[in-house]
Amino acid sequence: MSFEEKRNWVFLVATAIAYVVYVAIILGRARGIPITEVPYAWPLIGSIGLAIVASIAGSILAAMSAPTEADKKDERDARIHRYGEVIGYTTSSIGIVGALGLTMAEAAHFWIGNAIYLSFVLAAQVSTAMKLVAYRRGLPSW
Amino acid sequence: MVKPTRVTNAIRSLRFAHGEMTQAELADRVGVTRQTIIAIEQGKYSPSLEMAFRIAQVFGVPLDEVFQYPDTEA
Repeated sequence: MSFEEKRNWVFLVATAIAYVVYVAIILGRARGIPITEVPYAWPLIGSIGLAIVASIAGSILAAMSAPTEADKKDERDARIHRYGEVIGYTTSSIGIVGALGLTMAEAAHFWIGNAIYLSFVLAAQVSTAMKLVAYRRGLPSW
Repeated sequence: MVKPTRVTNAIRSLRFAHGEMTQAELADRVGVTRQTIIAIEQGKYSPSLEMAFRIAQVFGVPLDEVFQYPDTEA
């Protein structure tokens, strides 16, 4: 497994764990009060921070496990990255349209903020998953 | 939908014909990762024209001795 593929695995797991932790905190705080009144901003920021820190730490560990392959990148990595990012962009765009709809419907800030965060997380997950599939099975040849 | 490339190659046999060159050695000489050489050999990745030329240069053969493309549509 190339270093870039390992980094993608790290990112996939880190962003998933960070989101699960965030949802657990929000649901834990929602006991006894309406969920839209739960203070979500700091847990959300913390979740993003956790994903970033965990991704960096995981990448460092991956590099330490195979130092000679660390930071080696080539055109295949670049093509796979671009392929995944395009799919991720499409996914986040759909999510942002959903958030826009919530804004127009004058939904609570809680739902709008969470729709945007969820769209970012889904975009990252879908993009990274597609990259990992491409590493295993190859890129589409259209 | 993901579909495999129609480009085929003779890299494996060329490696063996050149002193049983390892995938790692070829990767170093071409300037790519070993995993990319593996993916090309397995038909999971079509290299850029530039990388294809670099691979042919390493073996000292014309491009079409390394890579082939079928004449007929699948």
